[in-house]
Amino acid sequence: MSKLTATERLALIRLKNRPTVNDYIPLIFNRFMEFHGDRHYGDDAAIMGGIATFYSMPVTILAQVKGRDIEENKRTNFAMPHPEGYRKALRLAKQAEKFGRPVICLVDTPGAFCGIEAEERGQGEAIARNLMEFMTLKVPIISIILGEGGSGGALALAVCDELAVLENALYSVISPRGFASILWKDPSREKEAAELMKITSEDLLTFGVCERIIHEPAGGAHNDCQLMADNISEYLFEVIKRLSGVNINALLKNRYDKFRKIGMFTE
Amino acid sequence: MGLEDLLKKVKHRFNDEKEENKTEPAPKPEVKSVKIPEDLFFKCPRCRTASYMEDFEKDRKVCAHCHYHARLTWKERLEQTADGGSFVEHDAGMESLNPISYPDYADKLKKLREQCDMREAVVTGECTVRGYKAVIGIMDSNFMMASMGSVVGEKITRAFEYATDKNLPVIMFTASGGARMQEGIISLMQMAKTSGAIARFSEAGGLYITVMTDPTTGGVTASFASLGDIIIAEPKVLIGFAGRRVIQDTIKQKLPDEFQSAEFLLENGFVDMIIERKKMRSCLARLMKVHNYEKGAGK
Repeated sequence: MSKLTATERLALIRLKNRPTVNDYIPLIFNRFMEFHGDRHYGDDAAIMGGIATFYSMPVTILAQVKGRDIEENKRTNFAMPHPEGYRKALRLAKQAEKFGRPVICLVDTPGAFCGIEAEERGQGEAIARNLMEFMTLKVPIISIILGEGGSGGALALAVCDELAVLENALYSVISPRGFASILWKDPSREKEAAELMKITSEDLLTFGVCERIIHEPAGGAHNDCQLMADNISEYLFEVIKRLSGVNINALLKNRYDKFRKIGMFTE
Repeated sequence: MGLEDLLKKVKHRFNDEKEENKTEPAPKPEVKSVKIPEDLFFKCPRCRTASYMEDFEKDRKVCAHCHYHARLTWKERLEQTADGGSFVEHDAGMESLNPISYPDYADKLKKLREQCDMREAVVTGECTVRGYKAVIGIMDSNFMMASMGSVVGEKITRAFEYATDKNLPVIMFTASGGARMQEGIISLMQMAKTSGAIARFSEAGGLYITVMTDPTTGGVTASFASLGDIIIAEPKVLIGFAGRRVIQDTIKQKLPDEFQSAEFLLENGFVDMIIERKKMRSCLARLMKVHNYEKGAGK
């Protein structure tokens, strides 16, 4: 297992050839069919949703899409979703609940988009609604952080029964750059912030924020996309089998308790 | 902490705009004002009109000129909302630890506790409002801009759990700069935790009223503040997800004045109504009555 620093991992997950959901989905699932639109406003390419089979079991996939080139990034807004992206995710999650299939969320975003239209269409409300609705969704939800897990924009797809994090992926309350900018008024202290913030997969496991670290091939996921996909598949196979055997009330209680117990305070 | 500091965020908005206006030709020369003692006048951060502090305070800290509803301390809010002597605080002794060992965080908290007459950024408990019993939460921006860390998340979660147990409605006066950076990922998780508690409370049929006050932003907007059955905002307050400056940096253009105001949210469909402070108690009481809560008890 690599022992890269948070800063090194930050550089690694931003590599242009870091695999994205468009690489993983065909390697892990069969015959993915993409569904579009939130039925209220539009379709957001930053979050891709649809159904596929996984070892012949139907699953719903919700995935944040980083582009592999500038064209794709223009289309997917560098994986920074607008409210309609989160609302599409919720619509498809509800659909999964209706038809009793597990939801698999693939998280990879710098954060929810910050712009005029995002505010006009209620970015805060869209994220809040997902947090609340996913907490009581009556099918297993598994979230995997593939690269960047940026703030509320990532959390909106990470209220789940089990959170797995790729070995070099990061998950944080704000980007290290934003952290340095807000607390020290100096965005150039990004690296120092990354080290301080405790955002690596090992930190997340220690905090009880994630349940599993999925190992990456030597040097990072980009060195062997097939092996990375196999590792993810292996994990998914085990976790879906395990969670599908849990009574739904117990599942929901465990999901609530998983978040309920996070907090560090004295009385 | 002076009033100047309280209003810093709002002031920034105006300073930003002032700077951007610099390019306009020949700004008319302003009359150089005499230096006035800070505690004698209230200078509205929105319209920049000054009024006598005495009048301003008598008017529940509402700007007489533009009706901006200025920030209140939790005590002032409680006084204006709850029936006298009815408030019983919950979880008063709760204090945050330092999950990411952020330098000086513990000291900062300690200092604020002494300064602000509160132990954390939210005070929760139960009270009656015109006889109607409710669980109440009041966030106070004096305490680290009412950012949400472990304690805020835990207190709010417990407030909803308690209300679910006792069949009481919940009234949350929200104000926040967002998640508390100093607690790292733990503070992000409070968004999920509080939203989860609301999901259960809501499934049990409880009434949740949000009152958005100045400023309600970031992770609080993106969690419990936006999940009220009924969402009320005070006039002219700032409500949004992303910071104004962040958006301006992203889009490289100036934002209109009313952007992220209560009125902007009303127009876009994210607030049910804008209610003036002086009518807030009767509004809250009316809402509890219409939802079949009885005076002096739960449902």
